[in-house]
Amino acid sequence: MSSAAPGKILRSFAVLFVLASVSPTLAAEYDVGSIHIAQPWARATPSGATTGAAYMTITNKGATPDRVNCVSSDASAQCEIDSMTMEGGVMKMRAVEGGLEIKPGQTVTLEPSSFHVMFVDLKRPLKQGQTMKATLKFDKAGTIDVEYPIARIGASAPGAAAGGGSMKMQGSGGGMMQMDKR
Amino acid sequence: MLAIGRVKGWLAISAAGLAAAALITFWILVGFGRPSEGLPPSAGAIGGSFELTGADGQRVSDRDFRGKWLLVYFGYTHCPDICPTTLLDISQTLGLLGDDAARFQPLFISIDPERDTPQVVGEYVKEFDDRIIGLAGTPEEIASAAKAYRVFYAKEEGTDARNYLMQHTTFVYVMAPDGRYVTLLSPTGGQTPEAMAGRLRELVNPVTAGQISSPTSAGPAPSAARER
Repeated sequence: MSSAAPGKILRSFAVLFVLASVSPTLAAEYDVGSIHIAQPWARATPSGATTGAAYMTITNKGATPDRVNCVSSDASAQCEIDSMTMEGGVMKMRAVEGGLEIKPGQTVTLEPSSFHVMFVDLKRPLKQGQTMKATLKFDKAGTIDVEYPIARIGASAPGAAAGGGSMKMQGSGGGMMQMDKR
Repeated sequence: MLAIGRVKGWLAISAAGLAAAALITFWILVGFGRPSEGLPPSAGAIGGSFELTGADGQRVSDRDFRGKWLLVYFGYTHCPDICPTTLLDISQTLGLLGDDAARFQPLFISIDPERDTPQVVGEYVKEFDDRIIGLAGTPEEIASAAKAYRVFYAKEEGTDARNYLMQHTTFVYVMAPDGRYVTLLSPTGGQTPEAMAGRLRELVNPVTAGQISSPTSAGPAPSAARER
C-alpha cells in the first residue's frame, strides 16, 4: 500500500488540477458566525450597464434572527440588497430597509426576479467567467467578503459559474437549466 | 286648491316615472354599457401599429412583419434584472421550438428613449440572441407603441437622475402573422421556457381550425359571448 500511495496521491492531484482548470470559477461556500452562505454567483452585464446583480443562498443556523446589508463591492460605487415583487404585471424593485432578515433556521435564496444584491454605479462591466467581490455585513454574525463568479447574461441559475462546465449554447437543450426553476 | 296641488303632484310623478322607464328601456336596448361581445376588454384592444427605428437607422413598422408571428417585449437596456432574464428566456424558448422557431420574430422595444438610441438597443439585444430585433424611437413614437400594447412604463421614483431605473409591464405579446394580438407570455410571472415553447408550438400547429382565433386558451369562446 505504501508504494501505491504516492501514485494515488499524484493522481488525485492531477484530477483536482484538471477539475480546477476546467472549472476555474467553482463557487466557494462561506461561514460567518451562525450564517452559512452558498452558491454565490453574479450575472454578466450588458456593455453599457450601470447596475449589476449577484445572488446566493443564506442560511441562519443560529437561534436568533439576523439581518444582512451589502457594504461595498469591487465593481461598483455602492451596493445594497433589494427585493422584487410583482404588482399587476409590473415588477417593483426596492432596497430592503434595515437589511434582509434571515430568521433562525431559515434559508433565504437570492435569485433573479427576487431578492438580490444590487450593484449601483458599476465601475466596470461584469464579464462572464470572471469574478467580483462584495462585502456583506450581518448585524450579529459580522462582516464577510464573498466572491461572486460571473455567469452568463440573463441566466436564471448559476450554471457555468458554479463549475457546471460547458454552458449550453442557444439551441437544443438550452431550456434544460430551467427544469427546476419555479 | 289642495285638489289642484295633488293633480300636479301626480303629473310630476307620472312624468318622472315615464322618463325613467324610457331611459331604462333605452339602456337595455343599447346594452347597458357592456364590453363588446363579452370578451375581456383587452382581447381585441391589444397591439397594433408602431413606427420605430432599427439598429442601423432604418424605419421599421409593424407591417414589415406581416406573415411572421411576433413576440413583442417592452423594456430598457439599463434594466438590472427583468429584461436580461426575459430576453434570455425568449432565446431559450426559441431554442426549444426547433424548426418552428423560424416562424417567430422576437422584438425588443425600448421604453427609455432618453438613453436607448437605436444603436444602443441593437447592440444590447445581440448579447442575448442574434434573432432579436431591437427597436427604439422618439418619446412620442414609444408612447404610441406602448399605448397600442397597453404597456405601462415610468421612471422609478427616487432613483438617480442619470442612472434612473424604470418600471414597466413585463409581458411578452404574441401577435399572429396577420398582425392580430393572440395571447401573452409571462416569463416574469413564472412561465418557464418549456411552457412558453409549448404554448407557441400549439399556436403554429393548431389541432383544430378554430384554435388560432381564440385569444387565450383560458378565455371565453366567442360563441358563448354572442348568446347574450
